[in-house]
Amino acid sequence: MTGAVPSKLISMRQAIAEHVPSGSSVLMGAELEQMIPFSAGHELIRQGRRDLTLVGPISDILFDQMIGAGCVARVMAAWVGNASSGVGYCFRRAVEKAIPNAIETVDYTNFTLAMALHAAALGVPFLPTYAALGSDLLKSNVNLREFTSPVNEDRLIAVRALHPDVAIMPVQRADTFGNSHLWGNLGVAIDGARASRRVIVVAEEIVPPDVIASDPNRTLIPGFLVAAVVHEPWGAHPAPVQGYYGRDHAFFAEYHEQSRKLEDFERWLEHWVLKVPSRADYLKQLGDNRVGALKVHEHALSAPADFGF
Amino acid sequence: MLAFALAKRTHAPRATGLFENGIIRDTPVATLLYTMGDPPNLFKATFCGDMISVMSLLQQGRVNVGFLGAAEVDRFGNLNTTWGCRNGQAVRLPGSGGACDIACLSQRTVAILAHDPQRLVARVGHITSPGNGEGGAWRRAQGLPARSGPSAIITTMGVLRFGEDGEAFLASIHPGISVDEVLSKTGWPLRVAEYLKVTPEPSEGELSVIREIDPTHFWTKT
Repeated sequence: MTGAVPSKLISMRQAIAEHVPSGSSVLMGAELEQMIPFSAGHELIRQGRRDLTLVGPISDILFDQMIGAGCVARVMAAWVGNASSGVGYCFRRAVEKAIPNAIETVDYTNFTLAMALHAAALGVPFLPTYAALGSDLLKSNVNLREFTSPVNEDRLIAVRALHPDVAIMPVQRADTFGNSHLWGNLGVAIDGARASRRVIVVAEEIVPPDVIASDPNRTLIPGFLVAAVVHEPWGAHPAPVQGYYGRDHAFFAEYHEQSRKLEDFERWLEHWVLKVPSRADYLKQLGDNRVGALKVHEHALSAPADFGF
Repeated sequence: MLAFALAKRTHAPRATGLFENGIIRDTPVATLLYTMGDPPNLFKATFCGDMISVMSLLQQGRVNVGFLGAAEVDRFGNLNTTWGCRNGQAVRLPGSGGACDIACLSQRTVAILAHDPQRLVARVGHITSPGNGEGGAWRRAQGLPARSGPSAIITTMGVLRFGEDGEAFLASIHPGISVDEVLSKTGWPLRVAEYLKVTPEPSEGELSVIREIDPTHFWTKT
């Protein structure tokens, strides 16, 4: 049949096994506090990945967990911690005491990380900005370099383009080819998907291609850039997905307490990641009450846009 | 987030809030936000887009004031959120997030933090977000926009402003706090304004807005 496109729909286990080997650089948490791919990160931990380079603006507690699990050699981020309570204890242990292993940190600001991905998405080697002038970040991050503007003598920072090997992108809905609708605050998602060599889409819902095609302005990741599509409802918990579920604030606070000591973190990891074979099992463990409380209680549909002619 | 909501509902009803995750709001959220990405902050937002579409407005100079928190601030208003020091040990903090961008690019910045000598230090160990650097014309020498720079440091004891030389001075003290207390809790010999003011107490109206938005004192714990 001409014109039929092959489905890219595979399981999370298979997507991680095929597309994210040890040593990869992986963009996660592109939408900042929304839509963080926790289920993908947990699968990376379970499959025992090592020497990953994590890329993302703030990442919230996902990067902390992956660092604590020993998956990470390097972090390229603007902020690593717990957005509810500040410090990330696993990040601190790794940087300060090399527990479980030493990691390299390449410190960005939110805007300079966005510019690095934007440059890669544009296909240029760098982009200029005034952000980070005068900051000590310039002393440690070689991807931020001062130069003089050739057109007006201003001092600027050249932000080097950053091409992650893989972007793991949670979206609200996608078709099986990977054409994806996402909405809400987008952070660095659009540039991140275009800058990365491969994209894994993690969709709350799989919908027919006609649904996606009905609103092309909302198709922020075109399917031809996508290597794999994973159908994983609640894949971002405890982070929120607008229109699907809220942020589990208590989970972040509990993690803060349960990761303070190394042995407590190891118990947390066993309980929430290593002993949990799939996201469905994770949801069972979370319990119906907690899941029910996080569901959207009042839907707020946007007005349809007319693409007729 | 609380400051924006309070300003909107008191002296600045036409203010617009910009959030670096890609949200712009003309109306403040009526409920408590733990993070700027909480779903209520997207509901009926003025704009939802990507980070660059918000940060580009900041870089153009179209944002009047940026609010920042910090682990450490020094006499020139430089902020450190990267490397702290606790009992002589280096402590890795979360990092810049968008703070450095805001400190570099907004027309003026206001830093908010608890007043203690571990936080108000003579020189920060690491400049995450530049204030006035070493004072004088330092910001311009770095190439930072002329319009930009620190405007105030609001602490739990008073309000610090900046002199022409770029150094912070005590401009007002909160009711019930003595100047000696402030000086003893500041990590450098803090200059005091010739006409030192007492910070006006919040009005009943202001307090009721704050208490309505933050009933559990998540952001306003003492």
